[in-house]
Amino acid sequence: MIDARDVHKRFGSLEVLKGVSLTMAKGEVLAIIGPSGSGKSTFLRCLNHLETINSGCIDIEGETLVSTVSNGICHYAPDADLRRICGKMGMVFQHFNLFPHLTVLQNIIEAPMTVKGLRREDILPRAEALLRKVGLLDKRDSYPARLSGGQKQRVAIARALAMEPDIMLFDEPTSALDPELTGEVLRAMRELAEEHMTMLVVTHEMAFAREVASRVVFMDGGEILEARPAKDLFASPEHPRTRAFLENML
Amino acid sequence: MNYVLDIMGPLLEGTGVTVQVFLITLVISVPFGLCLALLRISRFKVLSGLVNGYIWLMRGTPLMLQMLFIYFALPFVPVIGIRLPDFPAAIVAFVLNYAAYFAEIFRAGIQSIDRGQYEGARVLGMSYTQTMRRIVLPQVVKRILPPMSNETITLVKDTSLIYVLAMNDLLRAARGIVQRDFTTTPFVVAAAFYLLMTLVLTLGFQHLEKKYAVYDE
Repeated sequence: MIDARDVHKRFGSLEVLKGVSLTMAKGEVLAIIGPSGSGKSTFLRCLNHLETINSGCIDIEGETLVSTVSNGICHYAPDADLRRICGKMGMVFQHFNLFPHLTVLQNIIEAPMTVKGLRREDILPRAEALLRKVGLLDKRDSYPARLSGGQKQRVAIARALAMEPDIMLFDEPTSALDPELTGEVLRAMRELAEEHMTMLVVTHEMAFAREVASRVVFMDGGEILEARPAKDLFASPEHPRTRAFLENML
Repeated sequence: MNYVLDIMGPLLEGTGVTVQVFLITLVISVPFGLCLALLRISRFKVLSGLVNGYIWLMRGTPLMLQMLFIYFALPFVPVIGIRLPDFPAAIVAFVLNYAAYFAEIFRAGIQSIDRGQYEGARVLGMSYTQTMRRIVLPQVVKRILPPMSNETITLVKDTSLIYVLAMNDLLRAARGIVQRDFTTTPFVVAAAFYLLMTLVLTLGFQHLEKKYAVYDE
């Protein structure tokens, strides 16, 4: 599903990703954990072209998003292909990024209508089903400002799913929430995982990583230090930095 | 009171000219200003720089001077030399000038929209144009209503500058009567007319602000 090889990313002189490689199979739920500034969010954002990489290769479902030839210059797919390839991935942000001028329902049907050209009545049943699924059908006509953080994030999940992505990327989806609101968001994500959605989740929620993720990736200093089945990584972290990180977190 | 009714005719005629200049300027300069703002923030450095220079020129010199230039000097400029009658000359000057101010209001509004909105739209597959049209600009409208209200009210009063092209706007009509009849009453009536026009605008903008208040950010 996702195949990233030797991804390098610099912000100015700061090297944020120092050759990250990761492959992910269909239906896998992968959690990326690690200290702040380890590059895990940046890596996620490189996968759907919110950031451009400096070198490396990324394939999504067998299609090349970006490749680097021997001379070190990386080539992105043409714009139309880029948009199509990135369209296979939905994304949920730390700060929701809902559209404040649109109601909950409008937030969900906006992209299916403008991007896919669907008619309102065609997308409406699906939009309502998604809202019911995240438990917010009664909020369909509310504006985002009237929702709690947890509700906003569940709308954001429904909005991403409305585009029928094959892969869902989550960028610290609970980090901006009050602790008592994280549960409802994690529950929605857990349900999604049980439906075998392919998910890549950058998170600080160790319990979620341990219970829901099939594999857990530990990143630090712009590198992947460990990527192993969740149980193994939490039970017996191999790398001393993983061990130190987990001891701090738990 | 009878005197006020007597002078109403020429004053209303003047108001007609004022309203025409105001409306035509507004209708053309707002979309023109939006285009300038979009060019100003575009990635094309040369275009952005040119627009920047244009805005500097238009905001940096008096509107009256620009109007005089277009009416009197433009005919003698090589290549683009064109002689415009007074009304079109005034409209061209007003549009060129006000578009520059509107451009800066639009730019400030567009740049105040959080990056997350662009990213949110982008990961849903929306193009730049779709993002602008459906996500960014509708939010910009809400944010720029107060400065737009300011600027349009200023425009109502700036229309009085067209007297330099000997056009009979509201203020010039009033002044004509003042000089004829040796009374300042026409000024008071003219002031009332201006206040009425700006009241309509004020109420209109307040209505819009209320309409956009259905959502918070």
